[in-house]
Amino acid sequence: MHNLTIKQMSEKLQSGDITSVQLTQYYLDRISQYDPELNAYVTVTPELAIQMAEEADRRIATGKAELLTGIPVAHKDIFCTDGIKTSCSSKMLDNFIAPYDAHVVTQLKKIGMPILGKTNMDEFAMGSSSESSYYGPTKNPWDHKAVPGGSSGGAAAVIAAGLAPMATGTDTGGSIRQPASFCGITGIKPTYGVVSRFGIVAYASSFDQAGPMTRSAEDSAWMLNAMAGFDERDSTSLEREKTDYTAELERSLEGLKIGVPAEYFGEGLDASVEDVVKKAIAQMKDLGAEVVEVHLPNKDLAVPSYYVLAPAEASSNLSRFDGVRFGYRCEQAEDLNDLYRRSRSEGFGEEVKRRIMVGAYALSAGYYDAYYLKAQKLRRMVRDDFVHAFKQCDVIMGPVAPTSAFNIGEKADDQVSMYLSDLYTIPVNLAGLPALSVPAGFAQERPVGLHIVGPYFSEAKLLNIGHQFQQVTNWHKQMPKQYQ
Amino acid sequence: MSLGKTEVEYISRLTQIDVQENQIESVAKKLSNILELFAQMEAVDTEEVAPMAHPLDAVQRLRPDAVTEVDQHERLQAIAPAVAEAYYLVPQVIE
Repeated sequence: MHNLTIKQMSEKLQSGDITSVQLTQYYLDRISQYDPELNAYVTVTPELAIQMAEEADRRIATGKAELLTGIPVAHKDIFCTDGIKTSCSSKMLDNFIAPYDAHVVTQLKKIGMPILGKTNMDEFAMGSSSESSYYGPTKNPWDHKAVPGGSSGGAAAVIAAGLAPMATGTDTGGSIRQPASFCGITGIKPTYGVVSRFGIVAYASSFDQAGPMTRSAEDSAWMLNAMAGFDERDSTSLEREKTDYTAELERSLEGLKIGVPAEYFGEGLDASVEDVVKKAIAQMKDLGAEVVEVHLPNKDLAVPSYYVLAPAEASSNLSRFDGVRFGYRCEQAEDLNDLYRRSRSEGFGEEVKRRIMVGAYALSAGYYDAYYLKAQKLRRMVRDDFVHAFKQCDVIMGPVAPTSAFNIGEKADDQVSMYLSDLYTIPVNLAGLPALSVPAGFAQERPVGLHIVGPYFSEAKLLNIGHQFQQVTNWHKQMPKQYQ
Repeated sequence: MSLGKTEVEYISRLTQIDVQENQIESVAKKLSNILELFAQMEAVDTEEVAPMAHPLDAVQRLRPDAVTEVDQHERLQAIAPAVAEAYYLVPQVIE
């Protein structure tokens, strides 16, 4: 069952071959069996899931179902879910029952997608390994010694292990694509503004963007159709005509111009990852694409720029956690100041504190120009590199991450090394561009993704390329043995 | 740039996050490592570059000044640590 595409699942639901209750129970059973070891879910919601599945079955029976009606979904624990704990994997929000739904959650509920539960992540989405979760690290289904990537590591792991057919993720600096790469699944970060941020716990608001995490590009296209769209409650949501992201899936890649940045294949890139990525690009040529060399000369400026801007925004966004209105409150506060300080000091984890401190420092008097303003200027330079490159090509391809999944604990004490592992994904967030990660092979027996970056609003094109690649490869169909 | 005790205490005050006396040194070191990463930015000439705040250079969308939210304070305050008569309770500020 968990090897079916979403379209096949939907056909079985519509034809009465299976019911949504059966499908949902099937995944709930797998979660009970496998998740205690994997730790990919923070919260499982079996009663709600079955209740929603029953509703979906009634709707299917009336013939008013959509393609995704009745197909269960797992939400990253950063999406507010009315009446369900929304922890952002932080002690700060361990007691937080969201009083409303995120826009994305509302959209998927309207279609009738039962909620299986909430997935584990790096605390407040600040990390690349899902190790900073208050609930402990998630394991990579391919190798339990390895991290699943982050911050949407729980989401990637549940897809890889067949503990949900679809999952939502968010990507601020690579948090959909890097775990997708590490877990051998497909994930797309849309253009900034395409999916509403309403009800997503804010990390860095000028970067945060939600997207689907699924087995295949085709599945992601169906899910993005459901997630995308204008929402007036998000001030940066874009008012655009509704796009059908499945419309271009079957288009041939004949004549597609792929830009390959020389800078992406230099020092620091693991040789076996490079090999996988180059072979995948060569396969694109077999599908009729043409490869041209392009340049992104400012790529090394992206990581420092991002690690000024994102923490600066975080320091402001996370000032709302003060122990007064919601979330963690310290015991026996002596006075108001003590309440603020101890609630924050006891409620936030180490990496979150570090980023708040770096951000506040970068914004503080005397350093604003040197850090924050400078970083905003570099952000434009990184963006302009892409604008220039897209004059010579339709899409850019390269690695998602410099290595396959690293081991749990391997980078825990070296933040800068962890930050630098996002060097291929971060430039895309600075520029606000859409980008896809599709499984392309293995390095050290751990999955490796191919990174496909496109111009603004080219999601349908990216999914088309991913789908065509997945017609001639079977990387996306592979599953770790014990979960097959 | 390397941070010392004074800077760490200053940042601790700005962020309302405690740094224990015995952790000041390690926090200073970790923050300094991150600031070292930022030092790469200094050498770049950005004289002619305008700072970028939004990827699509979009401007803030405005809406009519009309009420869009209904009062639901009971619901929203149900998750607060301490509430009385629709007020959030905090330790006494004025004697």
